[in-house]
Order: sequence, then C-alpha cells, then structure tokens
Amino acid sequence: MGQVVFLSFPRRRESRYLKLDSRLRGNDKYNKMSTIYILWLRQLKRYVRSKQRMFASLAQPLLFLFAFGFGFGSTFAKAGEGSYIQFLAPGIIAMTVMFTAVFSGIEIIWDKQFGFLKETLVAPVSRFNIMLGRTLGGTTVAFIQGIIVLLITLLAGFKPALSGVPLAIVFMFLLALFFTAFGTMIASKLDDMQSFPLIINFLVMPLFFLSGALFPIVGLPTVFNIIVHANPLSYAVDGIRGALIGQHVFSFGLDALILFVIAFVCLYIGAEFFKRIQA
Amino acid sequence: MNIIEVKDATKKFGDFTAVNNITFSVKQGENFAFLGPNGAGKTTSIKMLTTLLEPTSGSVVLNGFDVIKYPDEARHSFGIVFQDPSVDTEMTAYENMELHAVMYAVPKSVYKPRIQELLELVDLWDRKDSLVKDFSGGMKRRLEIARGLLHHPKVLFLDEPTLGLDPQTRNHMWSYIKNLNQKEGLTVFFTTHYMEEADKNADRVAIIDQGVIVASGTPAELKESTKSATLEDAFLELTGKHIREESTGMDAKRLTNRMWGR
Ligand SMILES: Nc1ncnc2c1ncn2[C@@H]1O[C@H](COP(=O)(O)OP(=O)(O)OP(=O)(O)O)[C@@H](O)[C@H]1O
Ligand SMILES: [Mg+2]
Repeated sequence: MGQVVFLSFPRRRESRYLKLDSRLRGNDKYNKMSTIYILWLRQLKRYVRSKQRMFASLAQPLLFLFAFGFGFGSTFAKAGEGSYIQFLAPGIIAMTVMFTAVFSGIEIIWDKQFGFLKETLVAPVSRFNIMLGRTLGGTTVAFIQGIIVLLITLLAGFKPALSGVPLAIVFMFLLALFFTAFGTMIASKLDDMQSFPLIINFLVMPLFFLSGALFPIVGLPTVFNIIVHANPLSYAVDGIRGALIGQHVFSFGLDALILFVIAFVCLYIGAEFFKRIQA
Repeated sequence: MNIIEVKDATKKFGDFTAVNNITFSVKQGENFAFLGPNGAGKTTSIKMLTTLLEPTSGSVVLNGFDVIKYPDEARHSFGIVFQDPSVDTEMTAYENMELHAVMYAVPKSVYKPRIQELLELVDLWDRKDSLVKDFSGGMKRRLEIARGLLHHPKVLFLDEPTLGLDPQTRNHMWSYIKNLNQKEGLTVFFTTHYMEEADKNADRVAIIDQGVIVASGTPAELKESTKSATLEDAFLELTGKHIREESTGMDAKRLTNRMWGR
C-alpha cells in the first residue's frame, strides 16, 4: 500500500504542472467556450438540415391549434371566457417548446447508438461542457420552433400584446432550457431509442394536460388543483400567457423563479447523469 | 519510459469477465499490436485505456496519468480510431474534422492546413463538403483515421483501423503513421485480425484470449517460441483453432454492420 502512495505523489505534481502549462498557453478558457459553441452549432446545423423533422414537429401543435381552436371556440365564448384562440395560442406555443425540447434528448441516445458520443467522451474537455453545449443547442432549437409556432398563431388570428413579446421570449427560453435538460437527464440513463418516446410520453403528456395550456386552471377540483400547482409547466404557460395576453393566475416573479430553479436543478442532475455515461 | 502502464486490470459486465487481470506496458515510441480472436477483450481493454470504461479493478496509467484520477490529462495524451463508426453522419467530412480540432484546442491557424493535409492523405479532400452519410464504408473509415491523427497525440489507439480498407489506403496510412512514429516518437497501440499487418508493423505483440494475455514479445520471439513460420501460425498455436462464439450485443450489431458493409 505504501507503494501506492509513493506512486500517486509525482503524478499529482505532474498534473498540476499540466494545468499550469495550459494556463500559460492561455487557451484553456477559449477551449471551454469554443467546445460549448461548436457542439451548440452542431445541434443547429442538424436541425436546419433536417427539414422533415422540422415539419414533423410542427404538425402536432398545428393539429391542436386547429382541432381545439375551432372545436371549442364557440363553447368557450358561450361560457363567457372570451376568445379561445387568444387563450389557446400561448398554450400551444408552450407545448411546442416543451415537446421539441424534451425530445431533443433522443439525440443523445442516437449518438450513443451511432457512436458519435464516444468521440466527444474521449476528448479532453469536461463532460459538463459537452452536456452544456448539447443542451444549449437543443434549447435553441426548441426556442426557434416556439417562435415559428408563434408566427403561425398570428396567421390563425392570434393578437398578442406586442409589448409582452420580449417577456414571453424569456419564458420560452427558460421553458426550453428546463425541458432540454430534463430530456438529457432521461436520455443519459437509457440505451435504446424505442423506450425514450414511451417514457417521455408517459411523463410529459400528463404534465401538458394539467398545465392550463388547453383550458383555464381556475375552479378545478382540489386534487387537480394541487397537481396543477405542482406542475412546473403551469408556471411557464402562465408566464407566456401573462406576457402575451395579460391573463394571469400566478405572478411573473413566481413563474420566473420556479422555472429558473427547476431548470437549474434539471441541468445539474442531467450533468451528473451525463458524466456517468459509459460508452 | 513506459507511456502505457496497465496493472491487474479487470473488466466485468455483470457476472461475465471480459478482461481478466491483464498487466502489460508499452514504451514511448513503440508500435504495439494487441491481437486476439473475436470477443477476446481487445476493444474492452482499449476502452479502459481511453477513459470510456472504468476498470472493475486494477490500474491504468497513460503518459504518467492515472486514467481514473486524471481523465482529462490522460485524454490530452491520446488519439483514437474506434472499431465502431464514430463520425457524425449528418455533418460533412470537414465539419467532423473541425469539431474535433476545436475540442482538442488546436488553434485555427494550425488545424486548417492540417485538415487539408490529412484529408488529402486519405484522399477525401475533394469530398470534404459532402455529408458523411453519403460516404462508402471505407471512406468513413478513412475519415476516422484522419481525424485520429489531427491533434498530434502522443499515443494513438487504432482498433482494427484497416478493416474494410483497400490496400492502397492501408499502405498510405501505415507509411504516414510510421513517419510520425520515427519523427515525433508517436506511440501506436493497434489491434488487427490481419497477422501480416501486425508482423510488418509491430515492434512488440501481446496476444489476448478470453480476457487473459497468453503471450507477448516481438513477432520474431513469438514465432520462435511456437516454432512457427508465420505470425498467423504462432497466433493459431497460442489461441487454438476453434471459432469463438462470444459475439453478443454490440458485437453482434457490429458484425451485421460489417456484413452490410457499413
Ligand atoms: N457493454 C458490454 N456488456 C456486456 N458484455 C460486453 C460489453 N462489451 C463487450 N462485452 C463482451 O466482452 C467480450 C469482449 O468484447 P470485446 O469487444 O472487447 O472483444 P474484441 O476482442 O474487441 O473482439 P473483436 O475482435 O470481435 O472486436 C465479448 O464477449 C463481448 O460480448
Ligand atoms: Mg473489438
């Protein structure tokens, strides 16, 4: 055992030397930034190149927008709730961001199966930065999809308060970050492509239906009320809807706080899980 | 100086022991071949050496760094060409190279000419802007080899690098690597199923079978000790003549890939 101690001593000195050396070269920080950037850029390029995926992931929100919007519009108005499209559009935007974000996790499983993940895992960059670059890439893609759907809802007759758009964008971004990190978390633990959508749908669909995206969350039975309040998506929907049409259940402060906290918790857990991947 | 130092390394997958207590070392500047039948544990060993798999027990020291305690320092020291594909097929050849250069902190002024040099070496420069998914199996392989050399590593791991390559490319690749080996003291650790390739290029050989190193030495020594005329005969003498059936999981997938020429 004494030998082990002896062996590890010079090694540690050597490692400090290496760190010092790279600081002298001055590219350590540059390396971190550019690794995150290049992995972010990769996600974006893949997104732009895959037109099919882009359109396919717009199909679901459009279906919801038209089926619910035109289906329930008159019932909604008769119940004295005003224009349903005004109410629904922010929910559909949130839904798009959420689903695109969470499903970006599948790219990790994809990269595991097609081998590219190994290439990043043997590179001399921290796994946290690899995870961060990928997650920010997925976040950006989900965010862009949300903007596209926002534009589509305008065509469908949605009239948001323009002054609220910047704030809505902040909430969309936080929502995208949260669910991309969540998807990363799940994907880091899975090996096969088939189980990912099943698990995600099982976890995320209930969140979606009980978030106030499709119907108002006031005056619900107690059980549902508790679930709605425990559901982080409710706060994102509330923030986006509050910003765009001024209709609030909570407050911007609470919405932002909860999304911030949960996004960073998921990012942290996601990073821990990602670090443990053995390829 | 020993640039690779493996001591009592073992890797278990559940109850199955893929690599059983192997100990060996590779000197700086050596060309080292790791040979063994299918499922012997070559790839698993390489994964332990390159921080992808944590050994169940034992230690691995690369360029002076324990790979478990100092993974990032160890990763700085090596380059690798994996047995399985590991390029991003949705990106172009150039983008794959550039991403690698950035992750290894190679400055732009250095990597631009080097990417060109390496892509010309593997005859892909005129296809640099094509998506990798449109490449043939051999072209993908060539791209991986070029990428493994991009950051001028101290140790280069090559896991069956020449699988599916034509003789021209094989020749090119080895003469380029030997040149680096002589000029820059690059250490090469490779596996192959072509025994002539090992005989021709390796300074030293270790033979692994069912997770255990059964013999090691120079090709000449191995031939001598088994009284064989060729390294292939020596290999068969040491590992027996029956076909291994351990191939499961990733292995099976890879074999199908191989059959379909992917
Ligand atoms: N992740 C894993 N889970 C379970 N078993 C594994 C895993 N990876 C490898 N094995 C098993 O470990 C053994 C060694 O596999 P390895 O890939 O190291 O063989 P190899 O020597 O590289 O063979 P080949 O020449 O076919 O590439 C095989 O029996 C394989 O099935
Ligand atoms: Mg192998």
